[in-house]
Parts: sequence; C-alpha cells; structure tokens
Amino acid sequence: MASPFTPQQFLDALPHARALSMRLDSVTEDGHVTLSMPWDARLVGDPATGVLHGGAVYALMDTACGLAATLHPNSSGGTATLDLRIDYMRPATPGQRVRAEAFCYNMTRSVAFIRAVATDDDTARPVASATGAFTNEPSRRKADA
Amino acid sequence: MTARTRPEPVQVVKQRRDAALRALVNGVPYIQFMGFQFDRRGDELTAVMPFDESLIGNPILPALHGGATAGFLETTALIELAWQSLWEDMEQGRLDPTTLHPTHLPRLPKTIDFTVDYLRSGLPRDAYARARVNRSGRRYASVHVEAWQDNRARLFAQATGHFLMPERGEPTGND
Repeated sequence: MASPFTPQQFLDALPHARALSMRLDSVTEDGHVTLSMPWDARLVGDPATGVLHGGAVYALMDTACGLAATLHPNSSGGTATLDLRIDYMRPATPGQRVRAEAFCYNMTRSVAFIRAVATDDDTARPVASATGAFTNEPSRRKADA
Repeated sequence: MTARTRPEPVQVVKQRRDAALRALVNGVPYIQFMGFQFDRRGDELTAVMPFDESLIGNPILPALHGGATAGFLETTALIELAWQSLWEDMEQGRLDPTTLHPTHLPRLPKTIDFTVDYLRSGLPRDAYARARVNRSGRRYASVHVEAWQDNRARLFAQATGHFLMPERGEPTGND
C-alpha cells in the first residue's frame, strides 16, 4: 500500500463515511475488507418498518469496495467507482449493525473488479450483494481530467 | 341540462398536490438526513441534492461520495414510482391527500436491484436528478434515472433499477 495512512484513518478522512459512522472491522492478509455501520433512526428508508434505506447500505458497500481496490497489492493508490450494482436480497433487521465484506477478485493496470456481500447479525442470510468495476489510478490525479 | 363543473381554483389544486408530495418526502428519515428535495412542475419531479460537506467521498479532489450519489438516484426512482401511483389515486379522487401524514403514507416500492453508472466525478455543488419509469407492471417496475450538476446535457451519473411494487389496496403506513 502506497498510502502512509492506516485504512481506518483513510476511512475517517471521508466525510460521507463519517456521516454514516462507518468503521473498519478488518482487513485480511488476502485482501478481504470488512466495514460496518450501526443502525441509525436517521437512515431509515421505510418509516413503517424501521428498515435502513438502500442508499445507506449502498454507501457502505461502495466504500468497502473502494477500500478493497486501494488495498490491493497492485493498486496505484487511488480509485473511483465506474459502476456498481447492488442486489437487495432482504431488508436489514432494524437495530442491528450492517457489515459489508469486499474483495478485489481481479486487478488490471487500470481496473479493479470487486465483489461484496452485506450481512446483519444473521450472517447466513445476506442482506445484499454487490459487484462493480473501479478505476485503478494514482490518487492525486483528477479522475475527470 | 349538463352544466360543466367549473375547474377548481389553481391554488387549491397546487396546494393539494404539494401537500401530497411533502407528505411523501417528509415521511422518510433518510431523505431528511441527506437533505434531498423535490421540485414539482405538474406531475414532473426533479430531485435536488443540495451540496453539503458530509456528502464528500474524496476529500482530495474533492468529489461526491459514490454512495451519496447512489442514494440520491435510488431515492429519486422510489419517489417517482410512489408519486406516480399517488398522483393517479389523487387525481381520480380515490385518495384524499389531507389524510396523508408521515404515520399514514402509501407503501413505498422496494428496491430489487440498482446499478449506478458513474460518468464523471460529482463536483462539490448541487446535483439534480429525474427518473423515467420505463415499465411499471402490477408487481415489478423498471426505472432509469439521470443526474447532472451544472449542465443538463452532461450527466455525472445514471442508474437503472428494478422495484417491487406494493400490493394494490395494501394497508398504508403504520396501521
């Protein structure tokens, strides 16, 4: 990893990750990144059930995927989402933390291919799964240039 | 003699429609948390995500967080779907919008899947989005959303998603 920051410091530097109280739970040696976020009444999408809005779960998974891309040994240091698809399999149980585990299963010189799964306390039944393509580029360059 | 009934005064119609939209939008905590707003012209909605520091995902560029953009687009799609069925019920007199309250709202559709295509980085300023319902069946709907910032023709993100529609006649909200 080229960055002088720890993954948690990297996470804390992202205002939207902070706004959703995301926490880095673990990074395994083979590059599986796990982030989690507490249930929060302000992030509820369906007031009738108290279930979190899909956008909050999406943000958690997107962040986990981005982190997995930058922590890959062949990362150039920076990344941006090219596309990300999320399948919502079931509502996350109100009151429980949501965890997202992301893994970069293929890295080219310019693209990181990532998959992620989100769970709550019932880890046997995923809440959501995601698959996406992320850029692999030096971190201080404008992606839009 | 069949005298045509006079159309309602414009303020009455506007007030009813705006109240219905407000009830729909204000009932969802996440929408309030993210600060999303909805502009209405007739039945057409434009979603607005006013810029806020907390939406940033890349502080170096700086750029909007992909997750904030996705949440914005997904919300735009959901509100558009809910608004279309609400509009129909309201205009045909099946629903009285004065009975709408955050605790008593039409059921929202559920997202089945959502794919966001990030076309350029989101700049630290307001963003806008409009959704187009490409297909809306009794049970499933397919929606496309476009989002832009300064220039309507230069999209910074687009998305497509599938949604499960609430059963017609299903009880509302917190009953």
